Amino acid sequence: MSADLAKLIESGSLFMGIWDTVWMTLLSSLIGYVVGLPLGVLLYSTDKSGLKPIPWLNKILGFIVNIFRSMPFIILMVAMLPVARFIVGTGIGNKAMVVMLVIASAPYISRMVESSLKEIDGGVIEAARSMGASDLEIIVKVLLPEAKPSLVIGAVISTVTVLGYAAMAATIGGTGLGQIAIVYGHNRHNEDIIWICVLLTLIIVQVIQEAGMTYAKKTDKRIAQRK
Amino acid sequence: MIELVNLEKIYPLGGKSVVALSGIDLTISDGDIFGIIGLSGAGKSTLVRCINFLERPTRGKVIVDGTDLSAITPKQLREVRRNIGMIFQNFNLLEQRTVEKNVRFPLELAKTDKKTADARVDELLEIVGLSDKKKAYPSQLSGGQKQRVAIARALATNPKYLLCDEATSALDPNTTASILSLLKKINSELGITIVVITHEMKVIESVCKKVAVIDSSRIAEVGEVSEVFSNPKSEIAKELVIPDLIRSIKNQNGYKFRLVFNGESSNTPAISALALEKGIAVNIVYADTKMIDGKIYGHLVFTLVGGREEFEQTKIFLEKKGIKYFAEEDQ
Repeated sequence: MSADLAKLIESGSLFMGIWDTVWMTLLSSLIGYVVGLPLGVLLYSTDKSGLKPIPWLNKILGFIVNIFRSMPFIILMVAMLPVARFIVGTGIGNKAMVVMLVIASAPYISRMVESSLKEIDGGVIEAARSMGASDLEIIVKVLLPEAKPSLVIGAVISTVTVLGYAAMAATIGGTGLGQIAIVYGHNRHNEDIIWICVLLTLIIVQVIQEAGMTYAKKTDKRIAQRK
Repeated sequence: MIELVNLEKIYPLGGKSVVALSGIDLTISDGDIFGIIGLSGAGKSTLVRCINFLERPTRGKVIVDGTDLSAITPKQLREVRRNIGMIFQNFNLLEQRTVEKNVRFPLELAKTDKKTADARVDELLEIVGLSDKKKAYPSQLSGGQKQRVAIARALATNPKYLLCDEATSALDPNTTASILSLLKKINSELGITIVVITHEMKVIESVCKKVAVIDSSRIAEVGEVSEVFSNPKSEIAKELVIPDLIRSIKNQNGYKFRLVFNGESSNTPAISALALEKGIAVNIVYADTKMIDGKIYGHLVFTLVGGREEFEQTKIFLEKKGIKYFAEEDQ
């Protein structure tokens, strides 16, 4: 074990790093969903086979989403500096990083939501309509609850993607496991620190993945439950 | 009463347009079990969806109890739909809800208070015989049970009408029979007018009073089931009523009879009487008859052993016995 690693553990910096990565990831994913979920519903609904086809709106939304999705995250970060400055008053640090992560994840999440909703059988929607459901009632009472297991799986995938992006926080002066790996590991030639950071990230991914999938499976009533 | 007036539905498809329905005029009286039969692609599913405006007709009117559906607001239309229940071939249950909550769904939409809804759900599950499956999920049910849940759900808001879109097509014969008898019970006990869409003549025979035969977007024939069944006039009705098998039967000397039992003929053993009294022997080549409420329905096809003489004698014999028949002389 290198002296730097020992110092990192002793001072609690490593644990701070884990915590920073975790909260940035979870907060960004959460806000990402606040934006991405309605956007996904809108993408789904305005599609030509959706609840209320509005082709021009669908095209515009789809195009904007695709622009953000096709931009490499590192370039998106630089491009969105003014936006971060406008929203949180600074272009550097973890706060700015959360803004970047939300901007990157919301379009991604919207596509995940859209694809989950598309899995719902059109017959169920038709049945709801025949019972006098409005479009909003169909979204709230049919689409979202019926797509829940798939939405949960989508959330797991999105969160893991955000976690990967969060490792780049160091680029704009943020902290977390990525920053520790670069600053203390790579820059100071401590390979053990790099590997420790990789291992810790892997553990976080595993926890998110397992917890999410277990929940998705438990909540899915399409599979006959064994007692 | 449901009135369809000069209904037309055209779908745009690429640059062209596809006519799904054309010149449909139909009146469905209250209390009826009205059948609409046709081959797949004939337009019957589109037709039933026009009744509750799931599909908006391109031209023509749908009038439900005097209300022209094309002239009302979306909110009013949703109210009208609560008066028209619908069930489907694939049941279309909410997979993430229990049986109880599926049945409750339309009540939630109608903003029924919890206590009333609870009582109504219990009552409906009682009607369809699924009280013990209240807490089960659709994935734990058989096809027949799923359709029962769908029926309970469709009846939740006390509709006056029930539309059945190929409701028994995904079920085995026994389950089909039990669902059909449930529909009959709903019609007679609750007084709900039922519209049955199907491609199976058997379904029409066993539950419907009236039938419309639809072929390539148009109505080919409408009438009492017993009449259409025993004496189909249009080509398509003949095709649906008389199985291909019968039509293709040929015999050497060319005399073929099709006897039709539509519940009116007396219960006499006609074939053996023919042999005993007239000494005419026959080859029974096809028989599909059944007893419904003590009356015989179905077809029986036989070819004659004999010539012209026997052919004429058989005709006279059948007329005397009051049996409806169609005689054919193949060339």
